[in-house]
Amino acid sequence: MSAPNQSGWKPGSPVQDHNAMSGPDTVTGNRALMLEEPLIFEIGTTETTGVDLPEAKGGANRLGGLDRNETIGLPGLSEPETVRHYTRLSRQNYAIDLGLFPLGSCTMKHNPRLNEKVARMPGFADVHPLQPVDTVRGALEVINELAFWLIDLTAMHGVAMSPKAGAHGELCGILCIRAALEARGDARKVILVPESAHGTNPATAAFAGYEIEDIPANSDGRVDLDALKSRLGPDVAGVMITNPSTLGLFERDLKAISDAVHEVGGFVYCDGANFNAIVGKVRPGDLGVDAMHINLHKTFSTPHGGGGPGSGPVVLSEALSPFAPLPYTARTKDGIVHLVEEEDADAFSEEHFDGVMQSFGRMTAFHGQMGMFTRALTYILSHGADGLRQVAEDAVLNANYILRSLEDVLDAPFGHSGPCMHEALFSDKGFAEDISTLDLAKALIDEGYHPMTMYFPLVVHGAMLVEPTETESKAALDQFITALRSVAERARAGDESLKTAPHYAPRRRLDETLAARKPVLAWEEPSPPGGTPTMSEQGGR
Amino acid sequence: MRYLPLTDADRSAMLEKIGAPDVDALFVDVPEEARLDGPIHGLPMHASEMAVEKHMRRLSKKNLAAADAAFFLGAGAYKHHVPASVDHIIQRGEFLTAYTPYQPEIAQGTLQMLFEFQSQVAHLYGCAVANASMYDGSTACWEAVAMASRIARGKKRKVVLSGALHPHYAEVVKTMAKFTDDEIAHAKPAMQAEPDSAGLMARIDEDTSCVVVQYPDILGRVTDLQPIAEAAHDKGALLIVVNTEPVALGAIKSPGEMGADIVVGEGQSIGVGLQFGGPYLGLFAVRDPKHVRMMPGRLCGETQDAEGKRGYVLTLSTREQHIRREKATSNICTNSGLCALAFSVHMTLLGEKGLRQLAAENHRLACLAADKLAEVPGVSVLNGSFFNEFTIRLGTDARAIVRRLAKDNVLAGVSLGRLFPQHEELSDGLIVAVTETTTEEDIETLVSALKEVLA
Repeated sequence: MSAPNQSGWKPGSPVQDHNAMSGPDTVTGNRALMLEEPLIFEIGTTETTGVDLPEAKGGANRLGGLDRNETIGLPGLSEPETVRHYTRLSRQNYAIDLGLFPLGSCTMKHNPRLNEKVARMPGFADVHPLQPVDTVRGALEVINELAFWLIDLTAMHGVAMSPKAGAHGELCGILCIRAALEARGDARKVILVPESAHGTNPATAAFAGYEIEDIPANSDGRVDLDALKSRLGPDVAGVMITNPSTLGLFERDLKAISDAVHEVGGFVYCDGANFNAIVGKVRPGDLGVDAMHINLHKTFSTPHGGGGPGSGPVVLSEALSPFAPLPYTARTKDGIVHLVEEEDADAFSEEHFDGVMQSFGRMTAFHGQMGMFTRALTYILSHGADGLRQVAEDAVLNANYILRSLEDVLDAPFGHSGPCMHEALFSDKGFAEDISTLDLAKALIDEGYHPMTMYFPLVVHGAMLVEPTETESKAALDQFITALRSVAERARAGDESLKTAPHYAPRRRLDETLAARKPVLAWEEPSPPGGTPTMSEQGGR
Repeated sequence: MRYLPLTDADRSAMLEKIGAPDVDALFVDVPEEARLDGPIHGLPMHASEMAVEKHMRRLSKKNLAAADAAFFLGAGAYKHHVPASVDHIIQRGEFLTAYTPYQPEIAQGTLQMLFEFQSQVAHLYGCAVANASMYDGSTACWEAVAMASRIARGKKRKVVLSGALHPHYAEVVKTMAKFTDDEIAHAKPAMQAEPDSAGLMARIDEDTSCVVVQYPDILGRVTDLQPIAEAAHDKGALLIVVNTEPVALGAIKSPGEMGADIVVGEGQSIGVGLQFGGPYLGLFAVRDPKHVRMMPGRLCGETQDAEGKRGYVLTLSTREQHIRREKATSNICTNSGLCALAFSVHMTLLGEKGLRQLAAENHRLACLAADKLAEVPGVSVLNGSFFNEFTIRLGTDARAIVRRLAKDNVLAGVSLGRLFPQHEELSDGLIVAVTETTTEEDIETLVSALKEVLA
């Protein structure tokens, strides 16, 4: 347990010379400020702890005779070692705090630290979800105030705050649609999903028990209105449409689509993942949308934390609002914010919703992502009406600047059809035959950038989605454009070194096939010499 | 507008490059009649950092923070001390502001952490494999039920829920099952010293895909799960065990050890904090590795790079929505990465030794509180067994008592009337949770407050 580097790479053995720049070997495996770090299981012990707690002493025991006597196997580190372990790990991550993070349809923008400070105020961070409501009036006001602005910014009627992420919000919206249809005795079976929709959309509709049918895009990359109209009928529960779409385009015909869907008795779900491109410029409710989730981390800057948590409130039209999941909060005529849960839902709806509340149930324990609500509200108030509008304008301006600055070296499949919205879409057309989108992406890492979204959307071969967002300066964009231009030129020229990129990252290309073929998903004691089968071959510990 | 770096000169230069006369020309695809031209109705103009902070602080002060009260709430969310290092580390920008680790070469920090987290959870639960986390305990519970249905390939439709499962978790499962073909058999909750295992086992039949129990259960009772596991396995059903207090597993046998097939839970207790209900941390693990490919959620796996160095990647993604669309194992496309980091850092600080000490201290104080409360006239302690949470009966509606005591900054617990509004017969029950943050003085405060209101 004392070796400084247990990464599996033997210190002292010569490095395979993939790259002349890799330099001489080091004994530790470290390279100056780039440090190798073993697993906690290799450096910690079950007898080490970094906290001061009373020694466990005998006494009352009411554990029902189920004491855990066997060793659990959890490694501990002292406090200094813990801080150092995670600080070293952190340095192997790219993050928006380090540089431009152009992931299309993911929206990685600046995360203001005021939001973090507010979320940690004791009145928000240190309150229990089941405290008596009189002791959490301020928390309810935050939910209500945020709910108010979300409804206002989208021209909708109600909002379900509890969904825990964007995809959870999609499910919430689809379940509202299903509940509304069932309430009128209408058992429809089909949800139409355009090709340009997020991959979660069809998965969500399938999870809610619907059959999925694809709707093609036209040559401009928009939903083919005629194809959609010809498919509409009494079996169609609704359509799920992403606007702006994952092709970076605004669905010009959304209002016409909504009208057509409503005419046959269906509902329109809008995936609001890319709302930051239109906030303050156009309100989805005015385009006939019935339900739309809002990814708070995308539009309202809550940090993504290496993959979550997210938060996905769903705004609802008047027709769908009565079906929203519990719990919800609402301000009544007396100005008091009420938390409505199972116990008072009926009484509350009788008094305030003319008795039409027909909630489809509960999607999660407690009230949703309170810690994200405080951050999002802080952001909305910081930007205000003028700032939010500027957010959309700058996000769109930055994306178009990227599109027009690179379309001479990168194919832009829908560049002909006018401006893009939040993101610019490129493809691998024009690359040398053996160079892929992946190679270009990995070469961008060596230039100090996180790559753009790759191979998505699925409808474009070798797709690349670049989303700069509104929090990048022109200077930052110009430098990125220079880097991407150079890599694109190398891809066109067939530069073989792209195929072994990245050369300067903490790891060279990782073998994803090996990881899937022989899954190692938890740490195990190293095998004695001669080797024993992996965990999956053994059939469990 | 301090977050927007473009100057007006930049904007003009960029528009010129694009070849657009003004920024509105970029919104040409938005139908004119739907465009907003004026300011957003009602929303004030942008505000300074100082002004916003002041507004939010005013709202924050309208809440009673747990640290400012004698605090005894649990029922799925627990107040534990979180070491200062945890919050420091999760606020490092490289963790806080990173995205999903889709580019593993520059995301080894997040990926190695997730691998360590998965390993910690697997050990804690006595399972082979844990995933990289889910939204929270209640949604993980539903995903476990959905996974059991997938394993049964739709041939078994009955889901047996214990009456002692957290009612919110049961509601989530019932809500989602309304939209699938699963049939829910939910035992009625009952207030008795020992849970009704025999009654639960009698509900299991050949059509049962899974049985869901909570351990310790919603009333705090700790029961041997092995007979239930055997009864489930006899009928070809899976046992799903829900745990809402991971600290308990530093003191009591792991669910995996007792035969659970899927273990899910809420990880909030370790590192995350109360936060009025979210974001929390869903934990999800399976005892048998053969079930890995049926699992929902993200998984991080070990592999090698082109130089033979050990590294980590997200793996088995062929189950996921972006590849399989409507055939995906679930629609989720995120996890609770930052909460998983908080859990992992806190768990590393504790280590096995610290976790066991923490669990012992929780249990010691809970025993003390139970004994002191049992002496209050009108109060009886229900539980035969418990870890750090137990149920008392007050002989009167506990909701009113809780509201009354809150006026004196005593947050006495979670009333069963609030949790089970449709079960009036439970309304004199109060779930009391005690952790290492509870002082003996807090216990005295609760005891004398109850003596006074029940007199």
